[in-house]
Amino acid sequence: MYKYDQYDQSIVDARVEEFRDQVNRRLSGALSEDQFKPLRLMNGLYLQLHAYMLRVAVPYGTLDGRQMRMLGHIARKYDRGYGHFTTRQNIQYNWIKLEEAPDILADLASVEMHAIQTSGNCIRNISSDQYAGAASDEVTDPRPWAELLRQWSTFHPEFSYLPRKFKIAVIAAAEDRAAMRLHDIGIELVRNEAGTLGGKIFVGGGMGRTPMIAPEIKDFVPAEDLLSYLEACLRVYNRHGRRDNIYKARIKILVHEIGAEDYRRQVEEEFAHVKTLGIDPPAAELERITAFFAPPAFATGLSDELDLSDPDFRLWVQQNVAAHAQPGYAIANISLKPVGGIPGDATADQIDLMGDLAERYSFDELRVTHAQNIVLPHVRKADLYAVWQALDEAGLATPNLDLISDIIACPGLDYCSLANARSIPVAQKIAERFADLDRQRDLGELKLKISGCINACGHHHAGHIGILGVDRKGTENYQLLLGGSGAEDVSLGKITGPGFDEDGIVDAVEKVTDTYKSLRQDGERFVDTYRRVGIEPFKEAIYG
Amino acid sequence: MGDPLSFRTDAAHEEPAVTLDAFLDQSNATSVRLEPDEDARALLPYLDRLALVEIAFPGYRDGRGYSAARILREAGYQGELRAQGDVLVDQIAFMRRCGFDSFAPEKPLDPAVVEASLARYDHVYQRAADATVPVWKLRHG
Repeated sequence: MYKYDQYDQSIVDARVEEFRDQVNRRLSGALSEDQFKPLRLMNGLYLQLHAYMLRVAVPYGTLDGRQMRMLGHIARKYDRGYGHFTTRQNIQYNWIKLEEAPDILADLASVEMHAIQTSGNCIRNISSDQYAGAASDEVTDPRPWAELLRQWSTFHPEFSYLPRKFKIAVIAAAEDRAAMRLHDIGIELVRNEAGTLGGKIFVGGGMGRTPMIAPEIKDFVPAEDLLSYLEACLRVYNRHGRRDNIYKARIKILVHEIGAEDYRRQVEEEFAHVKTLGIDPPAAELERITAFFAPPAFATGLSDELDLSDPDFRLWVQQNVAAHAQPGYAIANISLKPVGGIPGDATADQIDLMGDLAERYSFDELRVTHAQNIVLPHVRKADLYAVWQALDEAGLATPNLDLISDIIACPGLDYCSLANARSIPVAQKIAERFADLDRQRDLGELKLKISGCINACGHHHAGHIGILGVDRKGTENYQLLLGGSGAEDVSLGKITGPGFDEDGIVDAVEKVTDTYKSLRQDGERFVDTYRRVGIEPFKEAIYG
Repeated sequence: MGDPLSFRTDAAHEEPAVTLDAFLDQSNATSVRLEPDEDARALLPYLDRLALVEIAFPGYRDGRGYSAARILREAGYQGELRAQGDVLVDQIAFMRRCGFDSFAPEKPLDPAVVEASLARYDHVYQRAADATVPVWKLRHG
């Protein structure tokens, strides 16, 4: 894991003092709320329906036990005893007092964490693959590259007042676990014919009200050109991105309007100039960062045998444990989606426990996933039973990874001032309807994603089944989408037709899964069947 | 509006800035004002005779002027580069890094707050249009 040096620490410490000063100016009345708003937003502090919400960055979703326990401490001391893990691999606290926000940032800085650029029209937290460094299908660990980008984008003087927010993802595996092509810039690390690592660059993806899959802009950018190339991408966007309409301001609209070809031409022209400016760090900097991500000291010669005689443990292993690149080790997923719970929520005690387990059993590492779950990336198979027992005791052993109850949901109208409809109660009702685990497992991989408004924080466009809450004449109404995917088979869901009320949408989801069961062929996932038969049989079942 | 806040050693340029169109039509103007939607690259052939480029910020959210400033500095422009309009005190540090060296904010800034915010950060992560050495350079020489 990356460790701050004196420079990183001094920058984060200075930010704490800067924000403390800004809050003091606000509290003294020297700053109006209007003047304060852009400042607090750059620090992830939103004014929500009931209180301030603080979003803390978890760079590329990686953190250690000490950092995790600090998140638990913040939940306990400054919030109501819980936190909410988000689709951006971050954590949010929903009940924050403005006057305490600087103290929270100071606590975070003491464990090399911050809330820098977790909101605002700037480059946001860099996201990545939650299995990085543990997956057998990766060409390299993407996180050193993500850290290089974190540093480059932090307080970038030219790109802090972009037309709109800007999200970058870096992956390095054929399997896309980070929804890479649904980011403003997606980078897939690959090796060229000479065996050199570089980035394949996709620009202009995103969800929101106009979902787009990012087209490939450049097949290979070597490490030594990466920052120059990204500066060129951003500069073209900063120059031409629309500023007349907030809903058309994301880079996806620019790339779509001028076309990938013209955008690429302009980027190449800008890159030829930017490359002469000496903004790319030497190779030694990526090497320095990479050294922090060296594989942990895995034991060798371990057995891959597992005693699965405990049926509950067996279920959990089958559903939540993934293969590790290293023999004798496994990747353990902790579901934050118990039936009836709030997707992504964890109590302070649960957060502490996960930190402790990471320290004891996972080389002191955890990951936050964009599906709002937690990963212990490096667990000895021989320790899995002990880990499972501890999780089970804490209500953290729900064996539903990638099943229909492993729902992504935005905070919705229960918290968010932008929302048109509630997301959480719908997620809870669906999870309750499908509570029977055998039934869920029979349905297999089924990614269900719910957003409470058109901004799509709940990734409904990328759900095998997506649900979008809208406001229709003053009542909450839910539209159903089918066939989306945020994985390497990326696709955007299609709306089935007229929407439903809260109970109606649960019934509609059930009709969809029943239809799948009646039509599926051997080994087909829901989304495979949908792609083979199209939307019509589902529409007929729902509306016919 | 009083004198602009200047970080230059020479006196502020007196000639009023003309629009980009007017500047491109006149052979002798030495001051020009760029609106956010105007392309700074149009000025690159004329940098030798320019003494002041004023970049307009009608709203603080519109960040096009940051790129415009860098483009001019990257091309070697040495004259005064002024940010005019809705310029907030907490933006001055980024603007300085992009090459602005004078400021004419619509609402006056508290000089003490300007000074404090410019002194806040000892280190930066990236190279820009100023002389600040990025931390990767400090790390590797």
